Amino acid sequence: METKKVINKVQDLGALIALIALIIVISIISPQFRTLDNFMSLVRQSSINGFIAFGMTCVILTGGIDLSVGSTLALSTAFCAYFIKGGMPVGLAMILALLIGTGCGIISGLLVTKGRLQPFIATLITMTVFRGVTMIFMDGKPISGLGDSFLLKFVGKGNLFRIPFPVILFVAVFLIFLFVLQKTVFGRRIYATGSNATSAKLSGVNINKTKLITYAISGGMAALSGLILLSRLASAQPTLGDGYELDAIASVALGGTSMNGGRGRIWGTFVGVLIIAVLNNGLNILGVSSYYQSVVKGIVILIAVLSDRKR
Amino acid sequence: MKIKMSGINKAFGGNPVLQNAGFELNDGEIHALMGENGAGKSTLMKILTGVYTKDAGEIFVDGNEVCYKNPQEAEKAGIVFIHQELNVLFDMTVEENMYLGKEIVNKFGVCDKAAMRAEVKKILDVLGVDIEPSEKMDMLSIGQQQMIEIAKALMVDAKVIIMDEPTAALTQKETEVLFKVVRSLKEKGVSIVYISHRMEEIFELCDRITILRDGQYIGTRLISETDMTEVVKMMIGREIGERYPERDVKTGDVVFNVEDLNCPGVFSNISFNVRAGEVLGVAGLMGAGRTEIMQSIFGNMPNVTGRVFIEGKEIHNKSPEQAMKNGIGFITEDRKTEGLMLEESIKRNISLTNLNRISKHGILNRKDENEMVKKGIEELHIRCTGPDHSCNELSGGNQQKVVFSKWIFTNPKVLILDEPTRGVDIGAKKEIYSIINDLAAQGVAIIMVSSELPEILGMSDRVMVINEGKIGGFIDRNEANQENVMILATGGQNNGN
Repeated sequence: METKKVINKVQDLGALIALIALIIVISIISPQFRTLDNFMSLVRQSSINGFIAFGMTCVILTGGIDLSVGSTLALSTAFCAYFIKGGMPVGLAMILALLIGTGCGIISGLLVTKGRLQPFIATLITMTVFRGVTMIFMDGKPISGLGDSFLLKFVGKGNLFRIPFPVILFVAVFLIFLFVLQKTVFGRRIYATGSNATSAKLSGVNINKTKLITYAISGGMAALSGLILLSRLASAQPTLGDGYELDAIASVALGGTSMNGGRGRIWGTFVGVLIIAVLNNGLNILGVSSYYQSVVKGIVILIAVLSDRKR
Repeated sequence: MKIKMSGINKAFGGNPVLQNAGFELNDGEIHALMGENGAGKSTLMKILTGVYTKDAGEIFVDGNEVCYKNPQEAEKAGIVFIHQELNVLFDMTVEENMYLGKEIVNKFGVCDKAAMRAEVKKILDVLGVDIEPSEKMDMLSIGQQQMIEIAKALMVDAKVIIMDEPTAALTQKETEVLFKVVRSLKEKGVSIVYISHRMEEIFELCDRITILRDGQYIGTRLISETDMTEVVKMMIGREIGERYPERDVKTGDVVFNVEDLNCPGVFSNISFNVRAGEVLGVAGLMGAGRTEIMQSIFGNMPNVTGRVFIEGKEIHNKSPEQAMKNGIGFITEDRKTEGLMLEESIKRNISLTNLNRISKHGILNRKDENEMVKKGIEELHIRCTGPDHSCNELSGGNQQKVVFSKWIFTNPKVLILDEPTRGVDIGAKKEIYSIINDLAAQGVAIIMVSSELPEILGMSDRVMVINEGKIGGFIDRNEANQENVMILATGGQNNGN
């Protein structure tokens, strides 16, 4: 019993151990990698995937999946840029963008709950449609020339106590998700819905409402990611966020969350996001071609998921 | 084909299911196999057809001792088992289903559709049923699907066909068609083993009847020389021992009313009430609609009409969430798929129905949670290593106690129990009976659905019998016995009641 517990603990920490090992190995090879500046930029970069991955974790914990995050990001960002260019206060435009993202999530959620579509299909539909709407809205062209607002610059490029603001936001959002999933009634309902939906329903959990909210969160988080990107790029692109759902799902899987729902931890996703970021950053610095990078990333995910299955 | 089975023993994990069971079948007869749920009918037939291996005993087919290693061997010998859950692939056509695994192919390995279709047509004609071979399986009614199963049996030239509850899901009309087919098979010299709970059907269709009870052979009768009363007596003739703890019955006012509950095609005209501190037993055969009635009351069935009252106030349970808020608890029939999150800890399971109790403004209070769970484990004597013990590592009895604990903390006014002791060993059963009695003593109105007649008789203050979606009748504790409950459950009438 005791040894079993220890083994479980070690496996729980598997992703963390892998992360540390990766950092050590790449640090030894590359002096460029092991600078504080590089680490800060690495984490700042990872926050964009991170927000999406946190929302994705909630959806996957209920037994669903959200493929529409990349398109949702593009759509909400496009509107935000449009509003700002049209002279709306930046803060208000940003809030509206978050609401649009949340609304996109709610549409996916309604297709899953009321429409009884499989989550994969439902969000494949919204992914396609949201991308199309973005293209139509922007007429396929980027929106730039967003002016000189301090807030807009600060969100993606600013520092607070010499720490990049996206990093602070990343950690803060992580702590909020940690709290919600571990300490609140809603968190319990998310796990229960994914663990055994029938039992949860018969225990008085409104599983449709629970699912709907997780999709709304996922949409909102995609929009938040979009704001960071908008700030860093100073323009909105119609193809923004294309393929981001895959990095987010990979991060969740790396963190040990079961794709069947019910099992998983948000800190696992946190570590998973960092692993992906270290791989991207490290392989770039080491000069590995992007073709090989994809293969390496795939293999790392395979190893992580296989080691997780042994439990 | 003549079959003789005798002295058959079989145990699952040290738990004897068959003890000295036996059965004899003659050429061209329809032989009913009857017994309560769990009497061992299906197990005995699964041993005959090689699904299970026997621990002891002999099987003779036409005078030769046999022991089929698997259903395919039995099929080759001409014995086919049509299971209660039909073995059909819904997305494939009738002909594809019938030739599954034995397709007629030409020399290039390509299916010869024309040949298969012709053969299928021929067999369906023999059966006298009008089904198009190219029809998709899920377009057929359950009765027609059943016919395809029988047709499959004829394809392998079956001499014995075993049917397990073939009419359970059939309409009256479909049942008549089935009977016609079964009788014509008999005329062609095929023997039928007919497993059923439905007394009337057996008396209409069968030539002989063999009765099993608690895994033992009780007797065989000619249908023409017996009657329902004798059969029922043979099925249930055991004494109820001290298995049911004593209790003082002090029932209070009516707390729960159901008026004219209807669900088209499932049940109709269900009206009853339960008093505080009363245990209302709900008896009936499998598939009579008991579980569906309870699920409706708990807000978990669509298309239900009728009125439900708690303490005289009408309530509308559109979802389990609402039912729970209205003071109803529901311990479901299948704790593994409906009652518990098996992978999760005892703590997480007990908490799930009590999240409001252990939280403030949506934030959980760990201390309250741990205290509640500890109390639950202690009061119900759940044997475990602690609150974090995973539920799939608990015994059936302890799992069931976790489910009880989940609901006890919600302080229900009405607690519905669906098969509360299914798959629970005798010791834990008695503990669960004590828990039920304690709850009743605290004034909870209890509705207990059970397929175990002794349990119904030992625990209930009043018995409601359901027959085919309707109330067959109510019997008081003092008057209830196995016979009158069984007669109501099989659609008969009790004289003088």
